[in-house]
Amino acid sequence: MEWQAVIGLEIHAQLATRSKIFSGAATAYGAAPNTQACAVDLGLPGVLPVLNGEAVRMAVKFGLAIDAQITPRSVFARKNYFYPDLPKGYQISQYELPIVAHGSMEIELEDGTTKTIGIVRAHLEEDAGKSLHEDFHGLTGIDLNRAGTPLIEIVSGPEMHSAKEAVAYMKKIHALVRYLDICDGNMQEGSFRCDANVSVRPLGQEKLGTRAEIKNLNSFRFIERAINHEIARQIELIEGGGKVVQETRLYDAERDETRSMRSKEEAFDYRYFPDPDLLPVELDDKYIEWVRKSLPELPVAKRQRFIDQYGLTSRDATILTASRELADYFERVAKAPGSDAKLAANWVSGELLGALNREARELDQSPVTATMLGGLIARIVDNTISGKIAKEVFAAMWDGEGDCDAIINARGLKQITDSGSIEALIDGILAKNPQQLADYRAGKDKLFGFFVGQVMKASKGQANPAQLNDLLKKKLDS
Amino acid sequence: MTNYHTATVAELSHALHSKKVSSVELTRHFLDRIAAHDRRLNSFITVTTEQALAAAAEADRRIAAGQAGPLTGIPLAQKDIFCTEGVRTSCASRMLDNFIAPYDATTVQRLNAAGMVMLGKTNMDEFAMGSSNETSYYGPVRNPWDLDRVPGGSSGGSAAAVAARLAPIATGTDTGGSIRQPAALCGLTGLKPTYGLVSRYGMIAFASSLDQAGPIAQSAEDAALLLQALAGFDPRDSTSLDRHLPDYRAALDNSDNTSPLVGVRIGVPQEYFGDGLSKGVHDAIAAAIAAYRKLGAETVDITLPNTRYAVPAYYVVAPAECSSNLSRFDGVRFGHRCQDAVDLMDLYKRSRGEGFGAEVKRRIMVGTYVLSAGYYDAYYLQAQKVRRLISDDFRRVFDGQQVDVILGPTAPTTAFRLNDKTSDPLAMYLSDIYTIAVNLAGLPALSMPVRPVEGLPVGLQLIGNYFSEAQLLNVAHQYQRVTTWHRQIPQAYAK
Repeated sequence: MEWQAVIGLEIHAQLATRSKIFSGAATAYGAAPNTQACAVDLGLPGVLPVLNGEAVRMAVKFGLAIDAQITPRSVFARKNYFYPDLPKGYQISQYELPIVAHGSMEIELEDGTTKTIGIVRAHLEEDAGKSLHEDFHGLTGIDLNRAGTPLIEIVSGPEMHSAKEAVAYMKKIHALVRYLDICDGNMQEGSFRCDANVSVRPLGQEKLGTRAEIKNLNSFRFIERAINHEIARQIELIEGGGKVVQETRLYDAERDETRSMRSKEEAFDYRYFPDPDLLPVELDDKYIEWVRKSLPELPVAKRQRFIDQYGLTSRDATILTASRELADYFERVAKAPGSDAKLAANWVSGELLGALNREARELDQSPVTATMLGGLIARIVDNTISGKIAKEVFAAMWDGEGDCDAIINARGLKQITDSGSIEALIDGILAKNPQQLADYRAGKDKLFGFFVGQVMKASKGQANPAQLNDLLKKKLDS
Repeated sequence: MTNYHTATVAELSHALHSKKVSSVELTRHFLDRIAAHDRRLNSFITVTTEQALAAAAEADRRIAAGQAGPLTGIPLAQKDIFCTEGVRTSCASRMLDNFIAPYDATTVQRLNAAGMVMLGKTNMDEFAMGSSNETSYYGPVRNPWDLDRVPGGSSGGSAAAVAARLAPIATGTDTGGSIRQPAALCGLTGLKPTYGLVSRYGMIAFASSLDQAGPIAQSAEDAALLLQALAGFDPRDSTSLDRHLPDYRAALDNSDNTSPLVGVRIGVPQEYFGDGLSKGVHDAIAAAIAAYRKLGAETVDITLPNTRYAVPAYYVVAPAECSSNLSRFDGVRFGHRCQDAVDLMDLYKRSRGEGFGAEVKRRIMVGTYVLSAGYYDAYYLQAQKVRRLISDDFRRVFDGQQVDVILGPTAPTTAFRLNDKTSDPLAMYLSDIYTIAVNLAGLPALSMPVRPVEGLPVGLQLIGNYFSEAQLLNVAHQYQRVTTWHRQIPQAYAK
């Protein structure tokens, strides 16, 4: 039988507010345990939550960017369950009335076609703290620094059919939240993570199969592997005569497998009800328009502009708009004095991304800044160096030898454009190779390349290639 | 020693400002009375002698420097539901017996800033759940008018302390009548303000949508003075309202007019005079209505048809909210933790099992049930709809019939005997039958003493429209200008 997988994602993105969603404590990552948890975050008796307006603005930004409805009146609800790192015994979330509903996101598939994934809802909620099981000799440590960090939970429809689609969707959301400047997207620190709902059904069947939820996936690689593993597990189970049970599963990256966390029977009854400590959030059109005005250029629009404004190919434009940082970097290179947009596109998508990939670095860790790369391209454009020499200069810049001009000077790489000097080099080579010269003149045209190579070598690669060609031709044919 | 304890706050304020007495003297006087009388009454859980004397000395400096307000130097008893920095804040529960609050509630901050002197923290029903002060971990409070009787609850300690004049005034909180009912049973004037007028920050939550703090005082004038200091917007409480407040004391009419209430329409709801109301209380309220007519008020018969649904709706909404509010008491970060927990579930079960008393557990279970999947719509959602109907009843009377205040009994009977109702929770719940609808609607209401029955105080309740505290207090004040019931002190505590 042929099977179809059905996948829906719940993405949790930490909003990049400076303070928490319901308290004034800082949200910065990495502070000493429990130093960024105030009375409200600790859930002390008597404390009350006050909503952070910035978190609302960020959620609305996201909603507008996915063409969703902004709910005019959304309500915070309490999700009740006991856990040591959940200080109040309930999480403040949104349940029946989320702030964002009915959006969508277009993804590109491997075959080059596109597909629109529905986003059912996105709601605001607070993060829990962290339970630390190591280093406490059989006890559990609780760090509440993260408790109360604002999250937006983005819930897709069950509309993806492969791990690749799911990853493509997640990458698009990842790029979008960073474009919008509402989430730092740092997956190692848990700022961006997801749960995946996975089921399988016979191809062609309408009814969905029983789903399993895989919790807390925090890298694109793990998501792909966990989903693939889960699909295979379910198919194998069914084909072996078994049944998928509705349950929550945890992905173990080290063993590359998912295992059961709790079944439907053990599932919590969260006893949601509207939080009486918080008022409904009412947003009018004026507010929504005010937020809309603050939206940056979104990926789709930016990609089109790159094609129109810089004459980039569709492929380059896609690569260069994959993240806001990369797009900004490219534009800074392209706009550097004396630079050239097409060359900038080639260098950024080729040499720069290649070097970053090789060393597994992020763009912000690149030793070559946009200004440096723009300067390099300017030297290609003004014929100070050739493209080939430029690669050497780039490598030197990467190794921290300074900016382009400094390296050109220090290494004496400036292109030779003085025709007298080039002619002298040509004369020397012709004198040293009388046999080849005779053969050439007897009709062996292919030897032209030999002479170019010899002269270029004699110039240590610094002769201007076009001039060298012209002058050599004149000499040989005279 | 002069009988400072027979004086109202307004009188003590005058004495302090005219330097007839110092705050330190006053504070010592009340601390001495607590030491002398409270072993029987059990109205305080914690007495903060040292802090009180230091605060009194500071108040005296302010008075000497001419920087004093009307409440500077006045001793005060705080209900043990308000967080007080550095002082145990127990909510009368074993769960918080070891809890030293690391911060002050907003109301505590405000009263401290006004220069008031906290004498200590008063006893109450555990987590404010009760109507007789018998659910306290620290034992029941006794009613100064008859030591075999309850003071009412949940603010029973505050009411008993003021009734016995161990403090000239106290704070209370009112979720379903917890200020008004003990004020009624102890012969005091207690005000529950409009929901949102007084900050709830730092007041340990019972039912967030119903809880409201207010004064328990000897007179409407004293209640006005304390309300002025308590009320006001607090950015730390999202349900706190940002609006201009009147001068409550200045709004009291002290003119020579013998018919000061001409033009005031008093609504008398038939539902508040039905079965279950004792004859004695009924007659005392009837006499008060006659007195109000003499003062020029017009009385109007009104109906609040959904009154009978108030108690059932309340006992869905309040437990639902409390079941969630009390989840934070889990033995993990503060409060009671069981010994030698073997695992997490054991820690939760035993910490909560040992930390909470029977009534608190009963309400957590009811609340958990009504919020459960499959029951939410039938109970919680239905109760919220009833709540709207109850609010609509009041709206029709205030806005439709142009009624200024609604008048009726605060409680169906005078103070009952200790242990009378402890085995019958439903009978206990019905002692709040006239007070609960007010919380569900978020309205302000006060209770004040009228003619006693067989030596026991009777409370009359006045309910006003939203933010009509100034008018409510004035209507009470006019009655108190022509009567002396509010100045009566139980004999054993008068000297």
